[in-house]
Amino acid sequence: MIEKALKGSPRYFGTLFVLLVVLGIGAGFYLYQLNQGLVITGLSRDVSWGFYIAQFTYMVGVAASAVMLVLPYYFHHYKAFSKMIIMGEFLAIAAVIMCLGFIVIDIGQPQRMLNVLLNSTPNSVLFWDMVVLNGYLILNVVIGWTSLMAYWKRVSPPTWVKPLVYLSVVWAFSIHTVTAFLYAGLPGRHYWLTAILAARFLSSAFCSGPALLLLLTLLLKRVTSFDPGREAIKTLSTIITYAMCVNVFFFLLEVFTAFYSNMPGHMDPLVFLFSGYEGHTYMTPFMWTAAFLGIGSLVMLIPYKWRYTPEILVPALVMLVIGTWLDKGMGLIVAGFTPNPFERVTEYMPTGPEMMIALMIYALGGVVLTILWKIALEVRKEVEGTL
Amino acid sequence: MNSSRRDFLKLAGISAVAVSAGTLGFLGQGANAADALPPVAADFKAPITAKRWAMVVDSAKFNDALLQKCADACHSYHNVPSIGSNKEIKWFWSDDFDATFPTERPAHLSEEMEHRKFPLLCNHCANPPCVRVCPTKATFKREDGLVMMDYHRCIGCRYCMAGCPFGARSFNFQDPAPFIKNVNPLFPHRTRGVVEKCTFCVEQLAKGEQPLCVQASDGALLFGDLEDANSSVRKALKEKYAIRRKPDAGTEPGVFYIL
Amino acid sequence: MYNAKYIIPGLVIFLALVLFPFMKGAGHEKKFEVELEKPKNGSKECVLPTNEMRDKHMVLLNEWRDDVVRNGKRIYKNEAGKEFSMSLTNTCMDCHADKEKFCDKCHNSVGVNPYCWNCHNISPVKKGGK
Repeated sequence: MIEKALKGSPRYFGTLFVLLVVLGIGAGFYLYQLNQGLVITGLSRDVSWGFYIAQFTYMVGVAASAVMLVLPYYFHHYKAFSKMIIMGEFLAIAAVIMCLGFIVIDIGQPQRMLNVLLNSTPNSVLFWDMVVLNGYLILNVVIGWTSLMAYWKRVSPPTWVKPLVYLSVVWAFSIHTVTAFLYAGLPGRHYWLTAILAARFLSSAFCSGPALLLLLTLLLKRVTSFDPGREAIKTLSTIITYAMCVNVFFFLLEVFTAFYSNMPGHMDPLVFLFSGYEGHTYMTPFMWTAAFLGIGSLVMLIPYKWRYTPEILVPALVMLVIGTWLDKGMGLIVAGFTPNPFERVTEYMPTGPEMMIALMIYALGGVVLTILWKIALEVRKEVEGTL
Repeated sequence: MNSSRRDFLKLAGISAVAVSAGTLGFLGQGANAADALPPVAADFKAPITAKRWAMVVDSAKFNDALLQKCADACHSYHNVPSIGSNKEIKWFWSDDFDATFPTERPAHLSEEMEHRKFPLLCNHCANPPCVRVCPTKATFKREDGLVMMDYHRCIGCRYCMAGCPFGARSFNFQDPAPFIKNVNPLFPHRTRGVVEKCTFCVEQLAKGEQPLCVQASDGALLFGDLEDANSSVRKALKEKYAIRRKPDAGTEPGVFYIL
Repeated sequence: MYNAKYIIPGLVIFLALVLFPFMKGAGHEKKFEVELEKPKNGSKECVLPTNEMRDKHMVLLNEWRDDVVRNGKRIYKNEAGKEFSMSLTNTCMDCHADKEKFCDKCHNSVGVNPYCWNCHNISPVKKGGK
């Protein structure tokens, strides 16, 4: 099946080429980081996690979101998702590979990575995060590849795929819960020390991941003749809308707890993000943009007539993805470290090289996704005669 | 005591220094003449031990000069680099009341207390979150209560830095060697990509000596066994009221501050 | 064979590349010789006998590292009953003061790059070092 990725249109190879160029440039910067150390990033003694870990957190959400397709399709036999399901599973694979990539580029001694396995420490959530992420990758590769192979050979998939699918549903929830546990159990970081963090992560994942999937499949609809189907688009956009409502609601719950209780530990990070703390206002433009984009996307998505209009749906989804990315991929990590344990602010902004290295991982995910989706589309074309 | 071996090594060390060209510039600011020779097995025969090491800070006795002296004693012996940016590395430093005890949220602090500076270092907690989150046990708690670092195993994930509620840990964002002012050759420096922090001078304790900051503090820092009712720390705590940083975090810090 | 006109030349090129290092070195076999500087402080006895050290010093140092850092043990007794402080910096490099004239000689010849030198690169009896 993999040979299907080797032949394609100029547009396909062009996409791969552009992604590989970006990957190459990013890799050059990564070599620079391997040479000099993480000193080339904007990180500091106070803000010791930043852009890389934030991207990791966002992409875990995208990876977990495949369950929003798997659950209706496999549990509830919702056949309308039949064309999208493999695309969602392959997006999950690309997303998990990106997650692992973001971790690797972030650690200070990457050649000692295997110490996490050699000296396994079950009381560390990071150990479990590594376990569940790799497990999820293996699950999705096995399920996705086997199902696609069976479809290609025009047979039903082997019976053992079904229990693995059920496992993957539970596992998808677990990967993002464990990632939330990385943050939610730390006694010194008040922005993260909340029971609802895992729920916030999941709700943000379940709107942003499917939104990204929908945007990419609509893009695919433009450049190929692949059409996920009107009903699939409608249902997925409805799921996204509900998840985004929950996401915004959970955030407002945090706001209530912080400001009604008036406890400084709870308020300070939110004040820092949205209004500035002791004169440090550099995050407020990002966060208010995220708020407007988020609410704006809801305004456009809630009325079903608008949601089902592609000209409104697409901008709404773009706004949603950007808004949730600003919240999770920029605000979340910095606000956990700000103010610092001494109630002071150390500003953090990713440096140019840092962003280029992150782009390298995004390009890597793009390459994986392009190849996997190409294979899926070619198989469909061969089996059905058309996309 | 095997004094003849010790004498031989002393003679050999002095001859080696006489033969090699350089000057004895490695002594650094805090190391004294007795530390000029590398320790031998005999030095470790009589370590001081405890069930739970702890420190009591008599904060009123400190002034800026004494704080600097203690910090220098620590940083110079342990080859802690001076980076001078927000990527700095510090094992022992000082700050004001608000930063040391942010949970106190003081109002109308006395004028003296407003200007007082407090020494800050790793609290060697009984319930350390940093140890709980380390995925490789590169940071681990010894039976005598010290929270230790194994720089050979650390992968530089910085989870421990996120876990510490006291901001006691520093990461080597780059190779520290160019930033070490006077290298102490008796103690290795660290490499880039690992996290480091105060270790309550485990190598001094092994030689039967007090931590270097305690030695430099002229009695402002007391160090001893919290579980020994007759230790200096327990006696001090019996007489004076002392608080710890961020007690609600539940980490059970081992550094007590007499205000 | 399908595509023989590609496979046979390909195989020949592959074999040539793989065997090239062996062919180049054939006939010039040298004995593996390294000259190591003896300790300047007159010390004649290492922790272990020389041939044992040559084979085992990596394992010994790993054990020392774990014993000192993780187990709090600092005194090593060798088979002759002599006691040493378990320290690369303060015991090994006290006698073998110049890493370039001792440690690096073998390491460079066999092409190994132990990461110990990232931190333990200064001898206690000499200022400087790399």
